[in-house]
Amino acid sequence: MLKLVLRRAALGVMTLWAASVLIFAGTQILPGDLAQAVLANNATPENVAAMRHELGLDRPAVERYVEWLGHAAQGDFGKSLVNQRDVAKELAPRLYNTLFLAVYAALIAVPLALVLGVLAAAFQGRAFDHIANAATLLAISLPEYFLGYLLIKWVALYLGWFPVLANVAPETGFFGRLYLSFLPMLSLVLVIIAHMMRMTRASVLAVMASPYIEMAFLKGLPKWRVVVEHALPNALAPIINVVALNLAYLIVGVVVIEVVFVYPGLGQSMVDAVSKRDVPVVQACGLIFAAAFITLNMVADILALVSNPRLRHPR
Amino acid sequence: MQLFGRKMPLRAQIGLAIVIINLLAAIFVPVIAPYPEAEVVGRAWAGSSAEHWFGLDNLGRDILSRLLYGARLSIGLSLLITTLSFSMGVFGGFAAAVLGKAADMVLSRIVDLLLSMPALIFAMVVLSVLGTDLIVLIVTISVLDATRIFRVARALAMDIEALDYVEVARLRGEGLWWIVRREILPNAVPPLVAEFGLRFCFTFLFISALSFLGLGIQPPNADWGSMVKDYSALIMLGVPAVFYPAGAIAALTIGINMLVDWLLSINTVRR
Repeated sequence: MLKLVLRRAALGVMTLWAASVLIFAGTQILPGDLAQAVLANNATPENVAAMRHELGLDRPAVERYVEWLGHAAQGDFGKSLVNQRDVAKELAPRLYNTLFLAVYAALIAVPLALVLGVLAAAFQGRAFDHIANAATLLAISLPEYFLGYLLIKWVALYLGWFPVLANVAPETGFFGRLYLSFLPMLSLVLVIIAHMMRMTRASVLAVMASPYIEMAFLKGLPKWRVVVEHALPNALAPIINVVALNLAYLIVGVVVIEVVFVYPGLGQSMVDAVSKRDVPVVQACGLIFAAAFITLNMVADILALVSNPRLRHPR
Repeated sequence: MQLFGRKMPLRAQIGLAIVIINLLAAIFVPVIAPYPEAEVVGRAWAGSSAEHWFGLDNLGRDILSRLLYGARLSIGLSLLITTLSFSMGVFGGFAAAVLGKAADMVLSRIVDLLLSMPALIFAMVVLSVLGTDLIVLIVTISVLDATRIFRVARALAMDIEALDYVEVARLRGEGLWWIVRREILPNAVPPLVAEFGLRFCFTFLFISALSFLGLGIQPPNADWGSMVKDYSALIMLGVPAVFYPAGAIAALTIGINMLVDWLLSINTVRR
């Protein structure tokens, strides 16, 4: 058991390393000279040569990669190409903002999805099930930013309950943050809840069809006890997987939603940096997002191992 | 109404109708669009009127015409990318399934590597270096998409390869290429069609999200995502223009989903 978990953790570390290679290769070795791109209109041969030297592009890629990774591991992501500021210092408060938003959304979405999914399974074929089914299909089909604008239009502008822009400042208190980032949080919840809920419903229903559930009914247990005590534990493994998958999806959702609500987070920095071709910032953001994604997937697999004994003894 | 010899439920019919309307609009834009895409025809943000059903946009261009041209760009691009990624993904997936352990190992590890990051993050890293060029966009998204299709195609081919009729064909002395073409491919088509619909949706939403972030289609061209970006600032002033392109994206995605749900359900019945 411990051995399997350790093996999975080691695989996660390997994947993270591979992702770092990919990010570095994506920004350094591909065609399209970075120095040329940064200088754009001022790209005389002398300027380009000077810039290449300054960026270290005249040294071998492997050497630069090792140096970059070594610094990144110590929390040093170099300096921004646009304003020469220290990337790590610039991004730290933004990372906190993004984590705050993502955790806020996850804490609301996951319990809600589980409860709604189990309810939909328990009331299969009844009105609640049909409404939930239609609503989740709608939520899956709408692009994130459309949901964001719908909320802005109706909740922020029409009802006036929450501000349109989630412009949290470093000095904003905890409850101020909860209030300001409520609409971004709600958009993210709507984006991820649908899939989690459908999956919960489907896996509970799949278990409900098995003979031991019929046995539980036949010995006279009330329906809620059969669903919660007999069906749910066995349906848990696929549910954990889909929850982690959707939390990983939060990473993508967060980028778009931050832009919609002008929320000062990591996603917005990354979008800005990409359009300005500020490579060190893009690398840093990419690495952080990839690390979060890989960690979530790893945790999901380990939790699935713990919750489902059958996975521990592969045939 | 029937399709593939099966009765279509109402939901699937609505989905099919939405898809057909969008395709027709994308094909016949020059005929039906009331104004050219980029022509300024009046005052900026004029409301809807008999001449301009959806009003005018930030530069005084007809929103309805731009929506129709946007349909052509969004749908055409998504179809192109999905076709490219399907060719790569299905070819690679089948190869991994039939060429033996070593090929499977190599191809699967490459795909795992590309899947180690969210597609949006990876695409943004590539776009930051290569610039937001249309070709770069098409190649990047096709490759990223192909990884997902690879997984599906590989699993399908492995399932089919284990069946008796493939074994019979092999014992009869048929070549590998013949088996892939005559035994595996025809039996993989129905699930792959459903997958094509889902992948198309994903690509379509992905491009519109990139355009919304300002990293996809660049002006003067506009797809629905970049229209959402251009019109979004005005929502504070109560101009509803942003809801036309966003609604168009939503409608097409829902339509395809309804159609695909049905396709998936008849596939499972057949097995």
